[in-house]
Amino acid sequence: MSAVSSLTQHSPVRRLLRKPALVIGTAIVAITVVVALFAPVIAPFDPYAQDTAIRLMPPDAIHWLGTDAFGRDLLSRLLYGTRPTLLLVLLVIVFMAPAGVVIGIVAGYFGGITERVLMRVTDVVMSFPRLLLAFAFVSLLGAGIFNGGLALALTLWPAYARQARTETARMRASDYLAASEMLGIPGWRLLLFHVLPMVLPSATVRVALDLSGIIIAAAGLGFLGLGVKPPAAEWGSMVAEGTQVVFDQWWIAAAPGAAIFILSLGFNLVADGLRDLMDPRHG
Amino acid sequence: MSFDQSEASRAAQPEIATSRRPQGRRYLFVLPGLASGIVSFAITLLALVLVTFAMTRLSPIDPALQLVGDHASQSSYQQARVELGLDQPLPVQLGIYLKRLLTGDLGVSLSTGQPVLSDIARTFPATVELATAAIVVASLVGVGLGILAVLKPGGAVDAIARFVSLVGFSTPIFWLGLLALLLFYARLGWLPGPGRLDVAYAYTVEAVTGFGIIDAFLSGQDGAVADASAHLVLPVLVLAFYGLGGIARLTRSALLDELGQDYVMVARAKGAGRARIVLVHALPNIVGPLLTVLALAYAHLLEGAVLTETVFAWPGIGRYLTTGMFAGDAPAVLGATIVVGTAFIFLNAMTDLAVGRLQKRRGR
Repeated sequence: MSAVSSLTQHSPVRRLLRKPALVIGTAIVAITVVVALFAPVIAPFDPYAQDTAIRLMPPDAIHWLGTDAFGRDLLSRLLYGTRPTLLLVLLVIVFMAPAGVVIGIVAGYFGGITERVLMRVTDVVMSFPRLLLAFAFVSLLGAGIFNGGLALALTLWPAYARQARTETARMRASDYLAASEMLGIPGWRLLLFHVLPMVLPSATVRVALDLSGIIIAAAGLGFLGLGVKPPAAEWGSMVAEGTQVVFDQWWIAAAPGAAIFILSLGFNLVADGLRDLMDPRHG
Repeated sequence: MSFDQSEASRAAQPEIATSRRPQGRRYLFVLPGLASGIVSFAITLLALVLVTFAMTRLSPIDPALQLVGDHASQSSYQQARVELGLDQPLPVQLGIYLKRLLTGDLGVSLSTGQPVLSDIARTFPATVELATAAIVVASLVGVGLGILAVLKPGGAVDAIARFVSLVGFSTPIFWLGLLALLLFYARLGWLPGPGRLDVAYAYTVEAVTGFGIIDAFLSGQDGAVADASAHLVLPVLVLAFYGLGGIARLTRSALLDELGQDYVMVARAKGAGRARIVLVHALPNIVGPLLTVLALAYAHLLEGAVLTETVFAWPGIGRYLTTGMFAGDAPAVLGATIVVGTAFIFLNAMTDLAVGRLQKRRGR
């Protein structure tokens, strides 16, 4: 119960600072976002400029991370690589969370046969092999960032639907919703302005928890050549490009992989920190 | 991977499904449980098939064109379309698709020229071998770490367990595989590189069962078993690391939940030590959720094997799938997806059943 006492003793900001993991995670994510926004300003070289005279160079003072098989500056490509990664994550969230939340609210609010059908569909999608279906989906429908995002979102929404349904169903019995209904607020407004705001916070926490998994899955798509098309710089495909020369020029595959690892770790630290803040039992 | 967290929470409350049934006449209700399990397995499987069918229809890859080639005449192209049933309305096409699947006809692979089903029969054992060895390692280490962490919460082992699962969730498995190859094969030379057998044995060990170690043993050659085992070490460890984090984390949190129960307080009041309480009292009570998580982890390892096999040139179904992807070989991709997907869903369904039975026996 020490969490309760610390809750009363310290301001929220100080409480945040007492969680080094959360601070480190937030810093990693924030830096990545800044790099993505200002990549052209930060990157020392053009990520697409090829120069066969300096191909496969080890790291030195000019090219801090060395160059790849086309003589492109690895650091610049790494910095630009934040863009497709974050874009894909954003796409997945935009597709996935609203779909899941809407399905969950509708199921929880209307109940009966609607709920049974929607929840059955949710259960079915939940027991699908997600990664595998995403691979198959993208390889059949064509590689690209949009298809990748869609493929991951199509199998990731059920968790949101379940959570939203449980919360809506609990709310369904509340006096507050009954009162709103008695005031004559029409159904769609009730769902949009009275139910949705109550469901959103937990869905947001869920997104935070899912982010690192999405990063890893997206990198897997890129590694299999199912992400952005070359020559675009994307971390997963950069690891794949480095695979051919990994025993001699290991840094070409190691650097983008390390970037995936660090960003994913950052999201995991943020998620862990958030969970600790909200549920001290796991702290 | 945090994908697993939703499933872990499902594992934490599996009793919801069984609690509605009336008490007494207990065994009569085993059958409906089994029946509903089979029904939901069948529905999920059908949905998987429908999804794969939808993918073939949405795909810009034209199967008729792939069959006859780019330079075929219009008439032979039309003939191929008729043969494949592509001129029929969608429901009829779906019917044809289902009928072919039921007879085990997954089509012919464009890259190997063999029926996809026989390709899969050839490659699947290698994947099962890899995933099974990995789940054994991951379960032993994961559950062990979870138990040790709970013995002294906040202690050194607890910190290690948290760190390992955090790193496990954050590591791209293909990158870890590459680094492992680089270090232990290329630099240190402790372990053999990609593939399943050394060249010295590759052509003399016959694929009788499809399981590398068994085949090596059957071949009776000196050193073949050792070579096959050595080739397994790296991919198994990498794949096991992928599943380890989730298992350790769930074992820890389930045990901690259990330690908050009244019976634990009673046991403590009677003077039982922490180790005894954890191992003798709490551990048997988390068998249900643990089983769910292990089965889910196994299913995920089958999936994760796709990337691991690609890195280690392991001749399993995952590598078959990715080779098919690179070659635009739609029948191979779909066939492999359906087979691995079926195994995945089957494992899920079996776990639900097993946990349901277990919970009932414990009278929950």
